[in-house]
Amino acid sequence: MSEDPSRPVRVALVGNPNTGKTTLFNRLTGSRQKIGNYPGVTVEKKSGLWVCGSRTFTLVDLPGTYSLAASSPDERVTLDFLAGHLDGEPKPDAVICVVDASNLVRNLFLASQVADLGLPMVIALNLADAADRAGISIDAALLSRRLGIPVVRLVATRGEGVNALGHAVAEAAEQGALMAEVPWPEAAERAVKYLAAGLGKEGVRPLAPGELRRILFDPRSAVLARAGWPAGADPAPLLGASRDILSAAGWHPLSAEALLRYEHLGHLTADAVKFPEKRRRSPTERLDAVLTHRVWGLAFFVLIMFMVFQSIYTWSGPFMAAIEVVIAQTQELVAPWLVPWPAGQSLLVDGVIGGVGGVIIFLPQILILFFFIALLEDTGYLARGAFLMDKVFGWCGLNGKSFVPMLSSYACAIPGVLAARTIEDPRARLTTILVSPLMSCSARLPVYTLMIGAFIEPSYGAVWAGGLLFALHVVGLAVAVPVAWAVNKFVLRTRPQPFLLEMPPYRLPRLRDIFWRMWERAREFLRRAGTVIVAMTIVIWALVYFPRPAEVRERAMADLSVLNDSSAIDRAVDAAYLEQSYLARAGRAVQPVFDLAGFDWKITVGVLASFPAREVIISTLGTIYGVGQDADEASGDLRSALARDFWTHGPRTGHPVFTLPVALAVMVFFALCLQCGATVAVMAKEAGWRWALFGFLYMTALAWLGAVLTFQLGTLWLGPGL
Amino acid sequence: MSGEICPLAALRAGQSGLVQPGCSEHPAVQRLLALGLLPGTQVMVVRVAPLGDPLEIEFGGLRLSLRKNDAAAMQVMRLG
Repeated sequence: MSEDPSRPVRVALVGNPNTGKTTLFNRLTGSRQKIGNYPGVTVEKKSGLWVCGSRTFTLVDLPGTYSLAASSPDERVTLDFLAGHLDGEPKPDAVICVVDASNLVRNLFLASQVADLGLPMVIALNLADAADRAGISIDAALLSRRLGIPVVRLVATRGEGVNALGHAVAEAAEQGALMAEVPWPEAAERAVKYLAAGLGKEGVRPLAPGELRRILFDPRSAVLARAGWPAGADPAPLLGASRDILSAAGWHPLSAEALLRYEHLGHLTADAVKFPEKRRRSPTERLDAVLTHRVWGLAFFVLIMFMVFQSIYTWSGPFMAAIEVVIAQTQELVAPWLVPWPAGQSLLVDGVIGGVGGVIIFLPQILILFFFIALLEDTGYLARGAFLMDKVFGWCGLNGKSFVPMLSSYACAIPGVLAARTIEDPRARLTTILVSPLMSCSARLPVYTLMIGAFIEPSYGAVWAGGLLFALHVVGLAVAVPVAWAVNKFVLRTRPQPFLLEMPPYRLPRLRDIFWRMWERAREFLRRAGTVIVAMTIVIWALVYFPRPAEVRERAMADLSVLNDSSAIDRAVDAAYLEQSYLARAGRAVQPVFDLAGFDWKITVGVLASFPAREVIISTLGTIYGVGQDADEASGDLRSALARDFWTHGPRTGHPVFTLPVALAVMVFFALCLQCGATVAVMAKEAGWRWALFGFLYMTALAWLGAVLTFQLGTLWLGPGL
Repeated sequence: MSGEICPLAALRAGQSGLVQPGCSEHPAVQRLLALGLLPGTQVMVVRVAPLGDPLEIEFGGLRLSLRKNDAAAMQVMRLG
């Protein structure tokens, strides 16, 4: 009941997964929705404004869940929100429980738990068209009388029933209609009273019976901590004693709730639901016979995954090229305006525009991947894919659903990490996020191409070159598996969730919803990761640009005054500036560390410069070697410059800087290192800065170790001159 | 054979079982209860995944993937 009639009615949307709740939410709020965060959790908060005729509702879409027994952070948020325990989130005025009409009783289990919290409720009988087709008939009016609350028939995809829903919600909020209560046995009431008394003694604030029942029935209820249970005290004796009251009366305390609720719901719905006489073998079952078949199922899966991968790896190419052209044009357009102010010009052109360009360039891959994910989810195939793959991933702490993030990370880890959202289990999700960047993404290709093209192919031929390229792609996966296992065993502390995935009936995809979801993800990426990436780019820009004393230019020009070639002079000046920049000084400072891997200072500076983005090493090496910063990995000039570089001092004087072990060590380093500011930013948004930092550090350590081992063992075997 | 009590994980593809009373605190069992897999309900193992794990089970019109370790925590009476 709203105290203030002009305040929009606050409505929460709950329901099982796969009931079309999200479609309903999108339909009701349209573009008037926003995504935020609940404090302290990575679960996203979706809220929006629903205007129905003359009424306005504030709608909050809570995560889909089967039960309020809070065993995962998502379920905890739902319970906390409904009980009014979240800071800044008042208890809702009413709740819409979205129910799949074909699975009425099971879906009402959650409704019954929600109603226990004393919340006025409306049942939205969604997917009513599918139920009709299956021959299930539900008498909504009768059901409404039995349950004591409004029941509205709904087909969210067509908008049928939406107005009736609005009317019912307003009524429910005003009149406070509560669902018919479960007739708890006397032992349960006694147990609740005993529990309440015990909690009161420990200073816990008085709780409603519904919340007390949650504490009683759930093995490890989060309500206790929220309600003020003293941190050090052990609740086990009190809980044990309360549950013993139930056991003494013949109820098993951990299954009592389910038994009692389902019995109650069975009575309520008995004559309101009629099932068809003969159960026909549904199209879903016939499809699954093929799609989860030992041979055909796996073959189809491989085909689909190949398509998804190709789309990110190859089909995004033209779009990315187009974006690069636009960025370059913009840079050229802006540059002339700032000629009198070279630092500002470089900042704007290279730093800001380059940075923003570096964010936008990922959009094609993100959009394409999320189109496919939304398509797979909507049709129901994602669950089948997870079913097929779980054995491969489950044993090391990943999850059947990890296949999409890991596969996409072979093209680009940014959409890959974002895709980990589809994994419900937080522990598996985090593990997936932490190892996905090890997959050899497309940005590593220029480095491999340069090194292989300069040092492997000329001496060993195309076959070895190709084989090495393949091996480098496998290295990431080979390392990811033990890392995932180790992280899971030694580092992660959250409790693993059981892998219980519903296989929903196959559905034709709804393109409107898919495009909406695809666009939402992209927008989120731009907003949340974009700022961090641009900031990182500007920082690196500054480290490379400054200091910029005039003497450096004068000295370089004096040295080269004999040459008439102005572009060669410019390149030499750039090289000289880079050599004394802050970044290069940092490079020389950490050089001892990289000596072990056989890198000289130029390589080290290149490595440092490419921490925000791997491809930067190409242009950095181009600048340092005087070939120009526009050099690309196929540049013959750059390749020969690298090959002709010899040590002029130190223990390896006279030997080439780039021996075979050095080239291999560089590639191994890049294969294993997280040199992508955008990925770190996205990891931070998905898993928090601590985990992003952990990911960055462990991968850098692994990369260094790999490079050192490669170089040392390689040199031992092949000698310093090769 | 029919009538024997065994873990759900021991059922073969196509076999059904009747859920036995008494349950554990196992999180998978708790979730299955919330989904309506109550003592006295029938559950069928539809198939086993091509790589051996997980199982696809069906009860009350719901189909789920369930890992064998989790399925081992639930006792059923084999119905053949």
